[in-house]
Amino acid sequence: MSEAVRAEAPTASRPAIAEVRESKMRTRHVDLWYGAKQALFDVDLDINANEVTALIGPSGCGKSTYLRCLNRMNDTIDICRTEGDIRLDGEDIYDRSVDVVELRARVGMVFQKPNPFPKSIYDNVAYGPRIHGLVGTKAELDALVEESLTRAALWGEVKDRLADPGNGLSGGQQQRLCIARAIAVGPEVILMDEPCSALDPIATAHIEELIDDLKREFTIVIVTHSMQQAARVSQRTAFFHLGKLIEVGETDDIFTSPQQQMTQDYITGRFG
Amino acid sequence: MSSIAERTYGATNTSTAISVFVMLVTLAALVWTGMPLLIVLLVGLAASAFIVGRTRALTLADGRLSVLHSLPHFHGWYMALMVLLPAFLLWVVLSVAQGPVVHGIIMGDLDDRLQTEQVIWPGTTLSPQAKDFYYQEVVRSAEDADLVTESVVQLSILGTDVDRGRLIRQIRDDGDRYGRLMFLGDTLRFLAPLVLAMLAFTWSVRRIAANFRARNQVERWVVWALIAAATISILTTIGIVFSVLFETLRFFGKVPPMEFLFGLHWSPQTALRADQIAAEGAFGAVPLFVGTLLISTIAMLVAGPIGLFSAIYLSEFASPRFRSWAKPIMEVLAGVPTVVYGFFAALTVAPFVRDVGQAIGLDVASESALAAGMVMGIMIIPFVSSLSDDAINAVPKSLRDAALGLGATRAETVTQILLPAALPGVIAGFLLAVSRAIGETMIVVMAAGLAANLTVNPLEAVTTVTVQIVTLLTGDQEFDTAKTLSAFALGFVLFVTTLLLNVIALYVMQKYREKYD
Repeated sequence: MSEAVRAEAPTASRPAIAEVRESKMRTRHVDLWYGAKQALFDVDLDINANEVTALIGPSGCGKSTYLRCLNRMNDTIDICRTEGDIRLDGEDIYDRSVDVVELRARVGMVFQKPNPFPKSIYDNVAYGPRIHGLVGTKAELDALVEESLTRAALWGEVKDRLADPGNGLSGGQQQRLCIARAIAVGPEVILMDEPCSALDPIATAHIEELIDDLKREFTIVIVTHSMQQAARVSQRTAFFHLGKLIEVGETDDIFTSPQQQMTQDYITGRFG
Repeated sequence: MSSIAERTYGATNTSTAISVFVMLVTLAALVWTGMPLLIVLLVGLAASAFIVGRTRALTLADGRLSVLHSLPHFHGWYMALMVLLPAFLLWVVLSVAQGPVVHGIIMGDLDDRLQTEQVIWPGTTLSPQAKDFYYQEVVRSAEDADLVTESVVQLSILGTDVDRGRLIRQIRDDGDRYGRLMFLGDTLRFLAPLVLAMLAFTWSVRRIAANFRARNQVERWVVWALIAAATISILTTIGIVFSVLFETLRFFGKVPPMEFLFGLHWSPQTALRADQIAAEGAFGAVPLFVGTLLISTIAMLVAGPIGLFSAIYLSEFASPRFRSWAKPIMEVLAGVPTVVYGFFAALTVAPFVRDVGQAIGLDVASESALAAGMVMGIMIIPFVSSLSDDAINAVPKSLRDAALGLGATRAETVTQILLPAALPGVIAGFLLAVSRAIGETMIVVMAAGLAANLTVNPLEAVTTVTVQIVTLLTGDQEFDTAKTLSAFALGFVLFVTTLLLNVIALYVMQKYREKYD
């Protein structure tokens, strides 16, 4: 665990590290309503590049809602209204000039329940590159599919049956297929909404290893209910409660010496 | 605990009183509607059995229902069923048997008796037709002996030398006997079920006990009732198929199947009398099949795109509020009586089509396949749109999210992800619409005409299978000519076609059902 080293670093140097590390996404004063009900209150959060940021908190605390703001998936919900400033590389993603299709190509998403398309394994991975016109020839597409599946640690298991339906795979394999599908588009940020909640411990371990590898190339934001998982895979952790961001910091700090009593209570299992 | 027991008891007495009251009102209503007395009595007995069984179980429970194996009303139902079912079955059996038994008794030794009574010469017998007539006269005589007159008998028993005076006397004697036997039968038919019901009452009331499994008994009967209900619909279908099949085979005895299925000329008017000079009917059904296909194709060309597009709009783009009132309105289209569509087609659309055609220099018949097909297409839009809409909505939201999350546009999501996933439902909707189009009659009768032209030009008048069935069978018809029998053959072809479409629809649904989830 390389993070252990950082945890031992002197407290004074920490702000310096945060400044050095560029923040990939910045959100300021994010408020969100479902109809008349406000679900997010004034959330300020920075997401650093090439790190895993974990969002934790009890059910209904707004962490998934916040995640879905980052690639404007909330736009698909009619009654949902978002206010505030959300920037990707300094660019306001809710600006009228932003094409949401392009945004989602840059900020990919993996969902709670594995949701492969009812198509072949190959077509699942090839879908994104095809609609975005990323490749010119069949050979290039083949190569991209293989590369994506390899990076999702699935290639070895499926290389002989690429034409089989994607939902014939096991749950864990399906989720890795969904990750391969997301990275095939070449996103900069990958949002993961409880990616392991429908999986058994072994499949979960696979996915966690994968996430650790992927952070070298991608910026990852993961929502999780498992505090162990947050501790294992993330470098920074944000704790949400009732739509408010209570505390954010280095994962090791959050789990060893939280600043807020509420965070302390949550991670020690006293509520939630 | 005791207060609960008291309350239960109080409730018991009240509900028993209510049951008795409802029963009396029901019986009065039954008498008033002119139900046979036996039915009224049996229902009354069954109702009292229910009350007695339930009350007895409640008494046994003495306020603690848990000591009973079955709830009190199951004991009531058990007794009611025991009283009603065997008695009713016995009544059905006796009713069915009465006629044949009486017939057998009277007609069994008829020839011997007629010879003994010197009505006919020794050694001679009556022909089967004469016997049928004899029995008919016996029944008439039982109603009124004076109805049997010499002239009636004279006309009837042809071909056999009879003594008319003695014959009439014999018929009147047998008429008396028939009357007595029928009276005996009616009495038996009335009394035997009642006695059986009362026996069942006393037998079943003694079976009521705390550990008696009344619920299991009742549930077994309920299962049988469910099986009976399912069987009735299946048997009806089979019955229809066979009756149509037999008539079709009779038709094929007169007209070879090859000529019917592949003949190009349809003109079913045959000579009315054997000596009349008229053209032999021609039974080549190809023009009808082509006409049906043409009109159905036009209808699907209208309903397919409109239905599918409106389904996509409703499920993906419309606001929930718009959808909640737009969808029912669209479904009303399927509920409009087809005769209304028919005159809409004949009086509004057909002239419009003709005028437009003439304006651009086309020769359009005043009754055209195009007009009928277009109106039919409007009618079947809801089958396509409603089922497709349901199918698209049934696609899990996760698939929609997956596509949008990859940066697919809404159009790409609909065409590449949702429609393929919803395909079974969409195809089912299309096939249902096709079946409906093929079977539709009224619009075609009114708007497309009756002329059996062999053409694929939508601007000409054509006719369809269903329309021909209607014209072949309406009015006074003899049911053994090739003309009327051909209707059954057409019906059979229609049935097989729609059956095939249904089988294909089922196959498609099955094959693609597990695609997502």
